[in-house]
Amino acid sequence: MAGLTGRFSTVVKAKISKLLDRAEDPSETLEYSYQKQMELLQNVKKGLADVVTAKKRLQLQSQKLEQQVVKLDTQARQALAGGNEALARTALERKGTIQAELQGLDGQIAELESQQQSMTENQAKLQSKIEAFRSKKEVIKAQYSAAEAQVRISEAATGVGEEMADVGLAMQRALDKTENMRARAQAVDELEKAGAFEDLTQLGAGEDDIDRQLKELSSGTQVDSELEQMKAELAAGGGNAGELGSGEQGGQSA
Amino acid sequence: MIVRISGEGQFELADGAVERLNTLDNDAVAAVEAGEEARFADLFGQIVALIRAEGRPLADDDLRGSDVIVPPSDTSFDEARHEFSGDGLIPD
Repeated sequence: MAGLTGRFSTVVKAKISKLLDRAEDPSETLEYSYQKQMELLQNVKKGLADVVTAKKRLQLQSQKLEQQVVKLDTQARQALAGGNEALARTALERKGTIQAELQGLDGQIAELESQQQSMTENQAKLQSKIEAFRSKKEVIKAQYSAAEAQVRISEAATGVGEEMADVGLAMQRALDKTENMRARAQAVDELEKAGAFEDLTQLGAGEDDIDRQLKELSSGTQVDSELEQMKAELAAGGGNAGELGSGEQGGQSA
Repeated sequence: MIVRISGEGQFELADGAVERLNTLDNDAVAAVEAGEEARFADLFGQIVALIRAEGRPLADDDLRGSDVIVPPSDTSFDEARHEFSGDGLIPD
């Protein structure tokens, strides 16, 4: 037979085999326990629900951050129109930090989306295999002696067992990723708690820790050029602060 | 020969394709060991593409086991490296 020597695939195959060895004998499980099969499918469904929950949480956060970007942009304009360049700079620095966070979140949401998709497919595939096995088992039992039937049923069960093990691996991987994302969502929540989203106009004169961190994080040149652009827009528009304060959202698409 | 892409499904491949697959597989591992991330990504991409292009997807009710199982198509360089370090090839 053409080689089974690819090292990468050998490792993965070994992993699957190990999972199979550790599991209960799939032929026994499949032969006698309808309940076990249903449990397995339920597990996959539960894993899928976890992924969906994590995705929803990230989506909510993403919406919140988007609103914050708009708000900070507006505040920067207002501050600049009112002659407070330092406050405008702080607002833009925060906007930069939040935009970076937003980008990360959007990437993760997309990843969870594809996890959800493939888990749904995996689940359907596993269900088909289990059903195929159940009907094949009845056919085998009708055609062969008890001893021969047992051998054939075991053979068929190997294929289902492999599918189960693979779905198990895929689910573990999806859940690990979801766990990482949960940690990230938590970090965003903490950023919010620490006051990063608070209304800038309510900030005192003194710099807090967050201000210093934000300055380190955000790219100075980006903020500088945004400030210059806003100044130019203000000059062109005659510097009417009232108009500008009414929610120009030019920065959102930037 | 039956090849599974872990997390995706099974495909039936002609022996010739499996031989090419083996070569790519071993080259991919060599790239991991040499720490060449770009080369690994390229080779592993070729592996998955080869299986999808030349393999015939197995029906969902086909109960045959796989001869070859390759890692999930979105395996990262770090994950691949992890497989080949520490515990050795086949951890136990």
